[in-house]
Amino acid sequence: MNEKEIEVLEIIEHNGRQSIDTIAKMIDLSVEETAEIIKHLEDKKVIVEYAAVIDWAKVEGDSTIKAMIDVKVTPKREVGFDEIARRIYRYDEVKSVYLMSGAYDLSVTVEGKSMAQVAQFVSEKLSTLDSVLSTTTHFIMKQYKHDGTIFDEGDSDKRIVVSP
Amino acid sequence: MSDRFLSKTASDLEPSGIRRFFDLAASMEGVISLGVGEPDFTTSWKIREASILSLEEGYTSYTANPGIPELRQEIAYYYASKYNTAYDPLEEVLVTVGASQAIDLAIRAIVNPGDEVIVVRPSFVSYLPVVQLVGGVPVPVDTTDVTHFIPTVEQIEAAITERTKAILICSPNNPTGTVMDKKSLADLAELCVAHDLVVISDEIYSELSYDEPHTSIASLDGMKERTIIINGFSKGFAMTGWRLGFALGPEAIVQAMLKIHQYTTMCASTTAQYGALEALRNGWDDVVHMKKSYQRRRNYIVRSFEEIGLPCHKPGGAFYAFPSIRPTGLSSVEFAEALLNEEKVAVVPGNVFGPSGEGHIRCSYASSMDHLQEAIRRMERFVSSYLASSQEEASEAVSTKP
Repeated sequence: MNEKEIEVLEIIEHNGRQSIDTIAKMIDLSVEETAEIIKHLEDKKVIVEYAAVIDWAKVEGDSTIKAMIDVKVTPKREVGFDEIARRIYRYDEVKSVYLMSGAYDLSVTVEGKSMAQVAQFVSEKLSTLDSVLSTTTHFIMKQYKHDGTIFDEGDSDKRIVVSP
Repeated sequence: MSDRFLSKTASDLEPSGIRRFFDLAASMEGVISLGVGEPDFTTSWKIREASILSLEEGYTSYTANPGIPELRQEIAYYYASKYNTAYDPLEEVLVTVGASQAIDLAIRAIVNPGDEVIVVRPSFVSYLPVVQLVGGVPVPVDTTDVTHFIPTVEQIEAAITERTKAILICSPNNPTGTVMDKKSLADLAELCVAHDLVVISDEIYSELSYDEPHTSIASLDGMKERTIIINGFSKGFAMTGWRLGFALGPEAIVQAMLKIHQYTTMCASTTAQYGALEALRNGWDDVVHMKKSYQRRRNYIVRSFEEIGLPCHKPGGAFYAFPSIRPTGLSSVEFAEALLNEEKVAVVPGNVFGPSGEGHIRCSYASSMDHLQEAIRRMERFVSSYLASSQEEASEAVSTKP
Protein backbone atom coordinates (compact mmCIF):
# COMPACT_ATOMS: atom_id res chain seq x y z
CA MET A 1 0.00 0.00 0.00
CA ASN A 2 1.46 3.38 -0.93
CA GLU A 3 1.87 6.48 1.22
CA LYS A 4 -1.09 8.36 -0.27
CA GLU A 5 -3.44 5.38 0.28
CA ILE A 6 -2.40 5.22 3.92
CA GLU A 7 -2.95 8.97 4.24
CA VAL A 8 -6.47 8.61 2.83
CA LEU A 9 -7.20 5.85 5.34
CA GLU A 10 -5.93 7.91 8.26
CA ILE A 11 -8.06 10.89 7.23
CA ILE A 12 -11.19 8.79 6.66
CA GLU A 13 -10.75 6.86 9.88
CA HIS A 14 -10.75 10.18 11.74
CA ASN A 15 -13.65 11.66 9.78
CA GLY A 16 -15.58 9.46 7.37
CA ARG A 17 -17.62 12.41 6.14
CA GLN A 18 -14.68 14.40 4.80
CA SER A 19 -15.36 15.39 1.19
CA ILE A 20 -13.19 14.05 -1.61
CA ASP A 21 -12.34 17.62 -2.58
CA THR A 22 -10.97 18.33 0.91
CA ILE A 23 -9.11 15.02 1.14
CA ALA A 24 -7.56 15.72 -2.27
CA LYS A 25 -6.25 19.06 -1.04
CA MET A 26 -4.98 17.56 2.21
CA ILE A 27 -2.92 14.89 0.45
CA ASP A 28 -1.96 17.14 -2.46
CA LEU A 29 -3.52 15.10 -5.28
CA SER A 30 -6.24 15.86 -7.81
CA VAL A 31 -9.88 15.08 -7.01
CA GLU A 32 -9.89 12.37 -9.70
CA GLU A 33 -6.78 10.66 -8.33
CA THR A 34 -8.18 10.77 -4.81
CA ALA A 35 -11.55 9.38 -5.88
CA GLU A 36 -9.75 6.53 -7.62
CA ILE A 37 -7.75 5.72 -4.47
CA ILE A 38 -10.91 5.68 -2.35
CA LYS A 39 -12.77 3.48 -4.81
CA HIS A 40 -9.83 1.07 -4.94
CA LEU A 41 -9.73 0.87 -1.12
CA GLU A 42 -13.48 0.31 -0.99
CA ASP A 43 -13.32 -2.40 -3.66
CA LYS A 44 -10.56 -4.21 -1.79
CA LYS A 45 -12.63 -3.96 1.41
CA VAL A 46 -9.81 -2.09 3.14
CA ILE A 47 -12.43 0.56 3.80
CA VAL A 48 -15.11 -1.76 5.16
CA GLU A 49 -17.76 0.74 6.23
CA TYR A 50 -18.28 4.43 7.03
CA ALA A 51 -19.46 4.62 10.63
CA ALA A 52 -20.10 7.35 13.21
CA VAL A 53 -19.04 7.33 16.85
CA ILE A 54 -22.15 8.21 18.84
CA ASP A 55 -22.50 8.96 22.52
CA TRP A 56 -25.83 7.18 23.08
CA ALA A 57 -25.80 8.21 26.74
CA LYS A 58 -26.81 11.67 25.50
CA VAL A 59 -29.83 10.35 23.62
CA GLU A 60 -32.94 10.73 25.73
CA GLY A 61 -34.91 7.53 26.12
CA ASP A 62 -32.12 5.34 24.84
CA SER A 63 -31.74 2.28 27.02
CA THR A 64 -29.13 0.33 25.13
CA ILE A 65 -27.18 -1.94 27.46
CA LYS A 66 -23.72 -3.09 26.47
CA ALA A 67 -21.80 -6.00 27.92
CA MET A 68 -18.39 -7.51 27.23
CA ILE A 69 -18.37 -11.26 27.62
CA ASP A 70 -15.28 -13.39 28.13
CA VAL A 71 -15.91 -16.73 26.45
CA LYS A 72 -13.89 -19.92 26.89
CA VAL A 73 -14.39 -22.38 24.07
CA THR A 74 -13.05 -25.70 22.81
CA PRO A 75 -11.30 -25.17 19.47
CA LYS A 76 -12.09 -27.71 16.79
CA ARG A 77 -9.63 -29.69 14.73
CA GLU A 78 -8.72 -27.95 11.45
CA VAL A 79 -11.06 -24.96 11.88
CA GLY A 80 -9.65 -23.89 15.27
CA PHE A 81 -11.63 -21.03 16.74
CA ASP A 82 -13.00 -19.75 13.44
CA GLU A 83 -16.11 -21.91 13.32
CA ILE A 84 -17.35 -21.01 16.77
CA ALA A 85 -16.48 -17.35 16.20
CA ARG A 86 -18.59 -17.37 13.03
CA ARG A 87 -21.51 -18.93 14.87
CA ILE A 88 -21.30 -16.22 17.51
CA TYR A 89 -20.85 -13.15 15.31
CA ARG A 90 -23.95 -13.94 13.23
CA TYR A 91 -26.29 -13.11 16.12
CA ASP A 92 -27.70 -9.59 15.77
CA GLU A 93 -27.08 -8.93 19.46
CA VAL A 94 -23.33 -9.42 18.98
CA LYS A 95 -21.52 -6.24 17.97
CA SER A 96 -17.91 -7.44 18.00
CA VAL A 97 -15.92 -10.63 18.40
CA TYR A 98 -12.16 -10.85 19.01
CA LEU A 99 -9.93 -13.89 19.46
CA MET A 100 -7.87 -13.24 22.58
CA SER A 101 -4.71 -14.54 24.16
CA GLY A 102 -4.71 -15.17 27.90
CA ALA A 103 -7.32 -16.32 30.37
CA TYR A 104 -10.15 -16.79 27.87
CA ASP A 105 -10.52 -17.25 24.13
CA LEU A 106 -13.14 -14.92 22.67
CA SER A 107 -14.12 -11.41 23.71
CA VAL A 108 -17.70 -10.75 22.62
CA THR A 109 -19.51 -7.40 22.84
CA VAL A 110 -23.27 -7.71 23.11
CA GLU A 111 -25.99 -5.06 23.04
CA GLY A 112 -29.56 -5.32 24.27
CA LYS A 113 -32.47 -3.17 25.36
CA SER A 114 -32.18 -4.25 28.98
CA MET A 115 -29.88 -6.16 31.31
CA ALA A 116 -32.44 -8.94 31.32
CA GLN A 117 -32.36 -9.19 27.55
CA VAL A 118 -28.54 -9.39 27.50
CA ALA A 119 -28.56 -11.94 30.33
CA GLN A 120 -31.12 -14.00 28.46
CA PHE A 121 -29.02 -13.96 25.30
CA VAL A 122 -25.94 -15.09 27.19
CA SER A 123 -27.64 -17.83 29.15
CA GLU A 124 -29.89 -19.16 26.41
CA LYS A 125 -27.91 -18.60 23.19
CA LEU A 126 -24.25 -18.12 23.88
CA SER A 127 -23.67 -20.49 26.79
CA THR A 128 -25.58 -23.28 25.17
CA LEU A 129 -23.41 -23.46 22.07
CA ASP A 130 -21.60 -26.80 21.87
CA SER A 131 -18.03 -25.48 21.98
CA VAL A 132 -18.62 -22.92 24.72
CA LEU A 133 -17.16 -24.00 28.05
CA SER A 134 -17.87 -20.89 30.13
CA THR A 135 -18.85 -17.21 29.96
CA THR A 136 -18.14 -14.23 32.21
CA THR A 137 -20.36 -11.21 31.59
CA HIS A 138 -19.20 -7.62 32.34
CA PHE A 139 -21.86 -4.93 31.89
CA ILE A 140 -20.49 -1.58 30.66
CA MET A 141 -21.44 1.09 33.18
CA LYS A 142 -20.15 4.19 31.39
CA GLN A 143 -18.25 4.88 28.20
CA TYR A 144 -15.29 7.26 28.61
CA LYS A 145 -13.38 6.66 25.40
CA HIS A 146 -14.20 4.66 22.26
CA ASP A 147 -12.02 4.15 19.19
CA GLY A 148 -9.78 7.04 20.20
CA THR A 149 -12.65 9.43 20.85
CA ILE A 150 -12.98 10.78 24.39
CA PHE A 151 -16.64 11.13 25.41
CA ASP A 152 -16.58 13.14 28.63
CA GLU A 153 -14.00 15.81 27.86
CA GLY A 154 -14.85 19.25 26.54
CA ASP A 155 -12.72 20.11 23.50
CA SER A 156 -12.96 23.86 23.95
CA ASP A 157 -10.07 25.82 22.49
CA LYS A 158 -8.30 27.44 25.43
CA ARG A 159 -6.02 29.59 23.29
CA ILE A 160 -6.37 33.35 23.04
CA VAL A 161 -7.87 34.52 19.75
CA VAL A 162 -4.77 36.20 18.37
CA SER A 163 -1.22 35.59 19.56
CA PRO A 164 2.34 36.17 18.29
CA MET B 1 0.15 58.16 35.63
CA SER B 2 2.64 60.57 34.22
CA ASP B 3 4.89 59.49 31.37
CA ARG B 4 7.75 61.14 33.25
CA PHE B 5 8.12 57.98 35.33
CA LEU B 6 8.88 55.90 32.28
CA SER B 7 12.35 55.15 31.00
CA LYS B 8 13.19 56.49 27.59
CA THR B 9 13.81 52.93 26.40
CA ALA B 10 10.36 51.80 27.46
CA SER B 11 8.70 54.92 26.07
CA ASP B 12 10.38 54.56 22.71
CA LEU B 13 9.26 50.95 22.22
CA GLU B 14 6.45 50.52 19.72
CA PRO B 15 3.57 48.39 21.01
CA SER B 16 3.14 45.12 19.10
CA GLY B 17 0.84 45.47 16.10
CA ILE B 18 -0.68 42.13 17.04
CA ARG B 19 -1.77 43.46 20.42
CA ARG B 20 -4.14 46.04 18.96
CA PHE B 21 -5.68 43.45 16.69
CA PHE B 22 -5.97 40.98 19.55
CA ASP B 23 -8.11 43.44 21.54
CA LEU B 24 -10.48 43.85 18.61
CA ALA B 25 -10.80 40.10 17.92
CA ALA B 26 -11.16 39.20 21.60
CA SER B 27 -14.15 41.54 21.97
CA MET B 28 -16.20 39.64 19.38
CA GLU B 29 -18.28 36.46 19.72
CA GLY B 30 -18.17 33.50 17.35
CA VAL B 31 -14.81 34.33 15.80
CA ILE B 32 -12.94 31.61 13.94
CA SER B 33 -9.34 32.37 14.64
CA LEU B 34 -6.49 31.83 12.24
CA GLY B 35 -4.58 34.34 14.31
CA VAL B 36 -3.11 32.00 16.87
CA GLY B 37 0.63 31.41 16.99
CA GLU B 38 0.52 28.15 18.84
CA PRO B 39 -0.43 24.50 18.33
CA ASP B 40 -4.06 23.45 18.71
CA PHE B 41 -2.95 20.23 20.38
CA THR B 42 -2.83 19.95 24.13
CA THR B 43 0.54 18.83 25.50
CA SER B 44 0.61 15.03 25.36
CA TRP B 45 -0.54 13.29 28.49
CA LYS B 46 2.77 11.53 29.13
CA ILE B 47 4.51 14.92 29.39
CA ARG B 48 1.83 16.36 31.65
CA GLU B 49 1.97 13.24 33.80
CA ALA B 50 5.78 13.45 34.15
CA SER B 51 5.38 16.99 35.48
CA ILE B 52 2.65 15.93 37.89
CA LEU B 53 4.90 13.12 39.10
CA SER B 54 7.75 15.57 39.68
CA LEU B 55 5.43 17.60 41.91
CA GLU B 56 4.28 14.49 43.76
CA GLU B 57 7.89 13.58 44.40
CA GLY B 58 8.58 17.01 45.79
CA TYR B 59 10.69 18.58 43.05
CA THR B 60 9.53 22.07 43.95
CA SER B 61 12.80 23.90 44.58
CA TYR B 62 15.13 25.85 42.26
CA THR B 63 17.14 23.89 39.75
CA ALA B 64 20.72 24.68 38.75
CA ASN B 65 20.73 28.05 36.95
CA PRO B 66 21.31 26.56 33.48
CA GLY B 67 18.70 23.81 34.01
CA ILE B 68 18.62 20.28 35.39
CA PRO B 69 21.68 18.35 34.14
CA GLU B 70 19.62 15.47 32.70
CA LEU B 71 17.63 17.90 30.54
CA ARG B 72 20.76 19.65 29.26
CA GLN B 73 22.20 16.22 28.49
CA GLU B 74 19.08 15.29 26.48
CA ILE B 75 19.14 18.62 24.62
CA ALA B 76 22.80 18.07 23.67
CA TYR B 77 21.96 14.52 22.58
CA TYR B 78 19.01 15.80 20.52
CA TYR B 79 21.25 18.17 18.53
CA ALA B 80 24.05 15.59 18.25
CA SER B 81 21.76 12.92 16.87
CA LYS B 82 19.71 15.16 14.58
CA TYR B 83 22.37 17.55 13.24
CA ASN B 84 25.63 15.80 14.10
CA THR B 85 26.69 18.82 16.15
CA ALA B 86 28.38 18.09 19.49
CA TYR B 87 27.64 20.45 22.39
CA ASP B 88 28.96 20.11 25.92
CA PRO B 89 25.80 19.80 28.03
CA LEU B 90 27.47 21.43 31.03
CA GLU B 91 28.99 24.48 29.36
CA GLU B 92 27.24 25.01 26.03
CA VAL B 93 23.56 24.38 26.78
CA LEU B 94 21.23 26.71 28.66
CA VAL B 95 17.60 26.05 29.58
CA THR B 96 15.50 29.22 29.41
CA VAL B 97 12.01 30.56 30.00
CA GLY B 98 10.79 29.96 26.46
CA ALA B 99 12.70 30.65 23.28
CA SER B 100 11.78 34.32 23.74
CA GLN B 101 14.03 34.62 26.78
CA ALA B 102 16.79 32.77 24.94
CA ILE B 103 16.65 35.37 22.13
CA ASP B 104 16.76 38.18 24.65
CA LEU B 105 19.75 36.62 26.46
CA ALA B 106 21.59 36.01 23.20
CA ILE B 107 21.19 39.64 22.15
CA ARG B 108 22.14 40.94 25.58
CA ALA B 109 25.20 38.70 25.69
CA ILE B 110 26.70 39.89 22.41
CA VAL B 111 25.38 43.36 21.50
CA ASN B 112 27.05 46.57 22.65
CA PRO B 113 25.24 49.91 22.28
CA GLY B 114 25.51 50.97 18.66
CA ASP B 115 26.17 47.45 17.36
CA GLU B 116 24.04 46.50 14.39
CA VAL B 117 22.04 43.30 14.13
CA ILE B 118 20.67 42.29 10.74
CA VAL B 119 17.13 40.98 11.01
CA VAL B 120 15.53 39.15 8.09
CA ARG B 121 11.93 40.32 7.66
CA PRO B 122 8.99 39.66 7.69
CA SER B 123 9.92 38.58 11.19
CA PHE B 124 8.57 37.65 14.58
CA VAL B 125 7.44 40.80 16.35
CA SER B 126 9.98 40.79 19.18
CA TYR B 127 13.25 40.64 17.23
CA LEU B 128 13.64 44.37 16.61
CA PRO B 129 12.56 45.52 20.08
CA VAL B 130 14.96 43.17 21.91
CA VAL B 131 17.84 44.61 19.89
CA GLN B 132 16.66 48.15 20.67
CA LEU B 133 16.32 47.34 24.38
CA VAL B 134 20.10 46.92 24.68
CA GLY B 135 20.88 50.02 22.63
CA GLY B 136 21.63 48.00 19.52
CA VAL B 137 20.55 49.00 16.05
CA PRO B 138 18.33 46.54 14.18
CA VAL B 139 19.02 46.55 10.46
CA PRO B 140 16.09 44.98 8.63
CA VAL B 141 16.59 43.07 5.40
CA ASP B 142 13.20 42.91 3.75
CA THR B 143 12.34 39.87 1.67
CA THR B 144 9.36 39.30 -0.61
CA ASP B 145 7.38 36.42 -2.03
CA VAL B 146 9.40 36.75 -5.25
CA THR B 147 12.23 34.89 -3.47
CA HIS B 148 9.79 32.97 -1.24
CA PHE B 149 10.92 35.29 1.58
CA ILE B 150 14.49 33.97 1.49
CA PRO B 151 17.11 36.75 1.63
CA THR B 152 19.64 36.88 -1.18
CA VAL B 153 23.37 37.03 -0.53
CA GLU B 154 23.44 40.47 -2.17
CA GLN B 155 20.75 41.78 0.18
CA ILE B 156 22.60 40.60 3.27
CA GLU B 157 25.95 41.79 2.01
CA ALA B 158 24.54 45.23 1.27
CA ALA B 159 23.31 45.48 4.85
CA ILE B 160 26.66 44.60 6.44
CA THR B 161 28.70 47.48 7.86
CA GLU B 162 31.70 47.60 10.17
CA ARG B 163 29.27 47.83 13.09
CA THR B 164 27.42 44.65 12.16
CA LYS B 165 27.66 42.11 14.96
CA ALA B 166 25.11 39.48 14.15
CA ILE B 167 22.41 38.20 11.82
CA LEU B 168 19.12 36.93 13.21
CA ILE B 169 17.30 34.32 11.15
CA CYS B 170 14.24 32.17 11.76
CA SER B 171 13.72 28.99 9.75
CA PRO B 172 11.06 27.64 9.44
CA ASN B 173 9.81 31.19 9.65
CA ASN B 174 7.12 32.96 11.57
CA PRO B 175 5.14 34.51 9.84
CA THR B 176 5.86 33.23 6.31
CA GLY B 177 6.43 29.51 6.94
CA THR B 178 9.49 29.72 4.69
CA VAL B 179 12.24 27.18 5.23
CA MET B 180 15.72 28.35 4.22
CA ASP B 181 17.15 25.61 2.02
CA LYS B 182 20.66 24.25 2.53
CA LYS B 183 22.10 26.30 -0.33
CA SER B 184 20.76 29.59 1.09
CA LEU B 185 22.10 28.71 4.52
CA ALA B 186 25.49 27.79 3.05
CA ASP B 187 25.66 31.13 1.21
CA LEU B 188 24.76 32.94 4.39
CA ALA B 189 27.31 30.93 6.37
CA GLU B 190 30.04 31.89 3.93
CA LEU B 191 29.20 35.58 4.39
CA CYS B 192 29.20 35.24 8.17
CA VAL B 193 32.62 33.60 8.19
CA ALA B 194 34.02 36.18 5.76
CA HIS B 195 32.72 39.12 7.83
CA ASP B 196 33.21 37.43 11.23
CA LEU B 197 29.56 37.66 12.26
CA VAL B 198 27.47 35.79 14.80
CA VAL B 199 24.28 34.06 13.66
CA ILE B 200 21.34 33.85 16.01
CA SER B 201 19.34 31.00 14.55
CA ASP B 202 15.77 30.76 15.83
CA GLU B 203 14.87 27.11 15.25
CA ILE B 204 11.72 26.97 17.36
CA TYR B 205 9.77 25.48 14.41
CA SER B 206 12.53 23.02 13.44
CA GLU B 207 10.35 19.97 14.13
CA LEU B 208 7.71 21.33 11.76
CA SER B 209 9.61 21.16 8.48
CA TYR B 210 7.46 19.27 5.97
CA ASP B 211 9.14 18.88 2.63
CA GLU B 212 12.79 18.40 3.57
CA PRO B 213 14.69 17.65 6.79
CA HIS B 214 15.50 20.79 8.75
CA THR B 215 19.07 22.06 8.49
CA SER B 216 20.63 23.94 11.37
CA ILE B 217 23.10 26.54 10.16
CA ALA B 218 25.32 25.56 13.12
CA SER B 219 25.97 22.22 11.40
CA LEU B 220 27.64 23.89 8.39
CA ASP B 221 31.41 24.32 8.15
CA GLY B 222 32.84 27.05 10.35
CA MET B 223 29.47 27.92 11.87
CA LYS B 224 29.26 26.11 15.21
CA GLU B 225 31.70 28.53 16.81
CA ARG B 226 29.66 31.55 15.67
CA THR B 227 26.05 30.35 15.97
CA ILE B 228 23.66 30.70 18.87
CA ILE B 229 20.86 28.21 18.40
CA ILE B 230 17.50 29.16 19.86
CA ASN B 231 14.93 26.42 20.28
CA GLY B 232 12.32 25.19 22.73
CA PHE B 233 9.41 22.94 23.44
CA SER B 234 6.51 25.26 22.58
CA LYS B 235 5.83 24.37 18.97
CA GLY B 236 7.13 20.84 18.36
CA PHE B 237 5.79 19.41 21.61
CA ALA B 238 2.75 21.73 21.91
CA MET B 239 4.03 23.21 25.19
CA THR B 240 3.59 26.96 24.67
CA GLY B 241 2.20 27.69 28.11
CA TRP B 242 5.04 25.88 29.84
CA ARG B 243 7.48 28.58 28.80
CA LEU B 244 10.46 26.36 28.26
CA GLY B 245 13.18 26.98 25.72
CA PHE B 246 16.89 26.48 25.35
CA ALA B 247 20.00 27.83 23.69
CA LEU B 248 23.13 26.12 22.44
CA GLY B 249 26.26 27.91 21.40
CA PRO B 250 29.94 28.59 21.96
CA GLU B 251 30.90 28.25 25.62
CA ALA B 252 31.89 31.91 26.11
CA ILE B 253 28.57 33.18 24.77
CA VAL B 254 26.42 30.62 26.59
CA GLN B 255 28.24 31.35 29.85
CA ALA B 256 27.63 35.07 29.34
CA MET B 257 23.95 34.34 28.69
CA LEU B 258 23.94 32.22 31.86
CA LYS B 259 25.24 35.16 33.95
CA ILE B 260 22.37 37.38 32.79
CA HIS B 261 19.91 34.50 33.21
CA GLN B 262 20.99 33.79 36.81
CA TYR B 263 20.76 37.43 37.83
CA THR B 264 17.41 38.10 36.19
CA THR B 265 15.53 34.81 36.19
CA MET B 266 17.40 32.34 38.42
CA CYS B 267 16.19 29.29 36.50
CA ALA B 268 13.34 28.01 34.37
CA SER B 269 10.34 26.38 36.06
CA THR B 270 11.34 23.10 37.71
CA THR B 271 8.01 21.43 36.94
CA ALA B 272 8.23 22.40 33.27
CA GLN B 273 11.80 21.08 33.04
CA TYR B 274 10.71 17.63 34.19
CA GLY B 275 7.93 17.66 31.59
CA ALA B 276 10.44 18.67 28.92
CA LEU B 277 12.77 15.85 29.96
CA GLU B 278 9.97 13.37 29.31
CA ALA B 279 9.22 15.10 25.99
CA LEU B 280 12.77 14.59 24.71
CA ARG B 281 12.98 11.03 26.00
CA ASN B 282 9.57 9.66 25.04
CA GLY B 283 7.56 12.31 23.18
CA TRP B 284 8.68 11.78 19.59
CA ASP B 285 5.71 9.71 18.39
CA ASP B 286 3.46 12.62 19.27
CA VAL B 287 5.68 15.04 17.36
CA VAL B 288 5.41 12.86 14.25
CA HIS B 289 1.64 12.65 14.64
CA MET B 290 1.21 16.42 15.06
CA LYS B 291 3.55 17.20 12.18
CA LYS B 292 1.62 14.94 9.83
CA SER B 293 -1.61 16.61 10.84
CA TYR B 294 -0.20 20.13 10.24
CA GLN B 295 1.20 19.06 6.88
CA ARG B 296 -2.22 17.94 5.64
CA ARG B 297 -3.80 21.17 6.85
CA ARG B 298 -1.02 23.15 5.16
CA ASN B 299 -1.76 21.40 1.89
CA TYR B 300 -5.48 22.05 2.29
CA ILE B 301 -5.27 25.73 3.16
CA VAL B 302 -2.67 26.65 0.52
CA ARG B 303 -4.67 25.04 -2.31
CA SER B 304 -7.85 26.61 -0.97
CA PHE B 305 -6.29 30.09 -0.92
CA GLU B 306 -5.16 29.67 -4.50
CA GLU B 307 -8.68 28.59 -5.48
CA ILE B 308 -10.39 31.57 -3.86
CA GLY B 309 -8.01 34.00 -5.53
CA LEU B 310 -5.35 34.65 -2.90
CA PRO B 311 -1.96 33.64 -4.34
CA CYS B 312 0.01 31.73 -1.72
CA HIS B 313 3.54 30.31 -1.83
CA LYS B 314 3.70 26.84 -0.33
CA PRO B 315 5.34 27.25 3.08
CA GLY B 316 7.80 24.47 3.88
CA GLY B 317 7.37 24.61 7.64
CA ALA B 318 5.87 26.11 10.82
CA PHE B 319 2.06 26.34 10.80
CA TYR B 320 1.50 29.59 8.96
CA ALA B 321 0.36 30.39 5.46
CA PHE B 322 1.15 33.89 4.24
CA PRO B 323 -1.09 34.50 1.22
CA SER B 324 -1.08 37.66 -0.83
CA ILE B 325 -4.22 39.77 -0.48
CA ARG B 326 -3.19 42.25 -3.18
CA PRO B 327 -5.87 41.09 -5.67
CA THR B 328 -8.51 42.55 -3.34
CA GLY B 329 -6.97 46.01 -3.49
CA LEU B 330 -7.02 46.23 0.31
CA SER B 331 -4.11 46.87 2.65
CA SER B 332 -3.32 44.06 5.06
CA VAL B 333 -4.86 45.96 7.99
CA GLU B 334 -7.96 46.86 5.98
CA PHE B 335 -8.31 43.25 4.88
CA ALA B 336 -7.90 41.82 8.39
CA GLU B 337 -10.29 44.32 9.97
CA ALA B 338 -12.96 43.97 7.30
CA LEU B 339 -12.68 40.17 7.35
CA LEU B 340 -13.10 40.18 11.11
CA ASN B 341 -16.06 42.57 11.05
CA GLU B 342 -17.85 41.08 8.05
CA GLU B 343 -17.11 37.36 8.39
CA LYS B 344 -15.71 36.93 11.90
CA VAL B 345 -12.47 35.34 10.82
CA ALA B 346 -9.35 36.55 12.63
CA VAL B 347 -6.08 36.70 10.73
CA VAL B 348 -3.01 38.81 11.44
CA PRO B 349 -2.19 41.69 9.06
CA GLY B 350 1.19 41.06 7.40
CA ASN B 351 2.50 44.55 8.08
CA VAL B 352 2.87 43.88 11.82
CA PHE B 353 5.86 41.70 10.86
CA GLY B 354 7.52 44.58 9.02
CA PRO B 355 6.72 46.58 5.88
CA SER B 356 7.65 43.66 3.63
CA GLY B 357 4.70 41.79 5.12
CA GLU B 358 2.32 44.38 3.64
CA GLY B 359 0.04 42.86 1.00
CA HIS B 360 -0.13 39.62 2.97
CA ILE B 361 -1.95 38.15 5.95
CA ARG B 362 -0.67 35.53 8.36
CA CYS B 363 -3.03 32.61 8.70
CA SER B 364 -2.27 29.93 11.26
CA TYR B 365 -3.57 26.54 10.21
CA ALA B 366 -3.15 25.16 13.73
CA SER B 367 -6.92 24.76 13.90
CA SER B 368 -9.24 21.82 13.39
CA MET B 369 -10.16 20.91 9.80
CA ASP B 370 -13.76 21.86 10.60
CA HIS B 371 -12.64 25.36 11.55
CA LEU B 372 -10.32 25.68 8.58
CA GLN B 373 -13.08 24.64 6.17
CA GLU B 374 -15.52 27.12 7.68
CA ALA B 375 -12.85 29.86 7.64
CA ILE B 376 -12.19 29.18 3.95
CA ARG B 377 -15.95 29.30 3.17
CA ARG B 378 -16.22 32.68 4.88
CA MET B 379 -13.04 34.02 3.28
CA GLU B 380 -14.19 32.89 -0.16
CA ARG B 381 -17.42 34.87 0.29
CA PHE B 382 -15.44 37.88 1.52
CA VAL B 383 -12.73 37.78 -1.12
CA SER B 384 -15.12 37.24 -4.03
CA SER B 385 -17.08 40.39 -3.13
CA TYR B 386 -13.88 42.45 -3.10
CA LEU B 387 -12.52 40.83 -6.23
CA ALA B 388 -15.81 41.65 -8.02
CA SER B 389 -15.76 45.26 -6.86
CA SER B 390 -12.09 45.78 -7.72
CA GLN B 391 -12.76 44.34 -11.20
CA GLU B 392 -15.75 46.69 -11.63
CA GLU B 393 -13.58 49.64 -10.64
CA ALA B 394 -10.95 48.56 -13.14
CA SER B 395 -13.47 48.24 -15.99
CA GLU B 396 -15.07 51.60 -15.09
CA ALA B 397 -11.66 53.21 -15.18
CA VAL B 398 -11.08 51.73 -18.63
CA SER B 399 -14.51 52.77 -19.98
CA THR B 400 -14.19 56.38 -18.74
CA LYS B 401 -10.88 56.88 -20.53
CA PRO B 402 -11.15 59.46 -23.26
